[in-house]
Amino acid sequence: MEITLFHYLTLAAILFVIGVFGIFLNRKNIIVILMSIELMLLAVNINFVAFSAFLNDLHGQVFTMFVLTVAAAEAAIGLAILMTFFRNKGQILVDDLSELKG
Amino acid sequence: MIASAVFYIFACVLIFGAMMVITARNPVHSVLFLILCFFNASGLFILLGAEFVGMIMAIVYVGAVAVLFLFVVMMLDVDFVGLRKGAMQYVPLGLLIGGVLLLELVFLYYSWSFSEGAPLMLEAEIPADARSNTHALGEILYTQYIFPFQVSGLILLVAMIGAISLTLRHRPGVRKQNISKQINTQPSDAVQLVKVKTGAGI
Repeated sequence: MEITLFHYLTLAAILFVIGVFGIFLNRKNIIVILMSIELMLLAVNINFVAFSAFLNDLHGQVFTMFVLTVAAAEAAIGLAILMTFFRNKGQILVDDLSELKG
Repeated sequence: MIASAVFYIFACVLIFGAMMVITARNPVHSVLFLILCFFNASGLFILLGAEFVGMIMAIVYVGAVAVLFLFVVMMLDVDFVGLRKGAMQYVPLGLLIGGVLLLELVFLYYSWSFSEGAPLMLEAEIPADARSNTHALGEILYTQYIFPFQVSGLILLVAMIGAISLTLRHRPGVRKQNISKQINTQPSDAVQLVKVKTGAGI
């Protein structure tokens, strides 16, 4: 059976939904929430690369690299905030994060 | 035939890994399954002919982002069992929203098609000649996309400075080496010559 664009889109959709579900399943654990966001970004990247390959256009792959860059920056900043928060509170409950208030 | 088998293997392991990321009890296991996911996604990208993005995926995501997660999970001494308490009450809501989202995406994919002019709007064709994927990607990344490329470098710089300034802390009472003070020390400050009388002591 030939693998079509539809297969890749289905895979990315399932992956994205798993990411969304992971946010609800681990509502109190912010580290796993960040990992769920990574999964969602991965699903988007699979969509980009699949369209790029099946439309024969390189722009999708370029955009994937920008998504990767922003995801790396987001993970670094998020984990740094998490470290500072843990140092101040001794716990990383999501409900306490409202105390940050900018 | 082999390509489709490889696709199914990568896809199944990817979805299994993603399920384990969100359900594993220990966050360290979550991170390790996340690494498995990234490797499988990188395999899928290579299968699609996007070797450079696939390799970047393995190097940047596994080598940097996932290891960063691993460091943080291992460094924080968090009671992860307590964090899971009461988490099950959100599962029905999550299932509802996830199911609705999946249904929407399925409807979208069944009703969707390429427009007539889509193949004519090709701007950067994937080269059919001997140029590699990396070569072709570099040719448009450093010409057409030079400004977004520089901006993404700037974003990384800002993220780096932000992460350092957020986590750097000055603890009081820690003795540190002060190099300028060390260099500026004069012999007259440090050594005192005392004329000691014989048999008197100081």
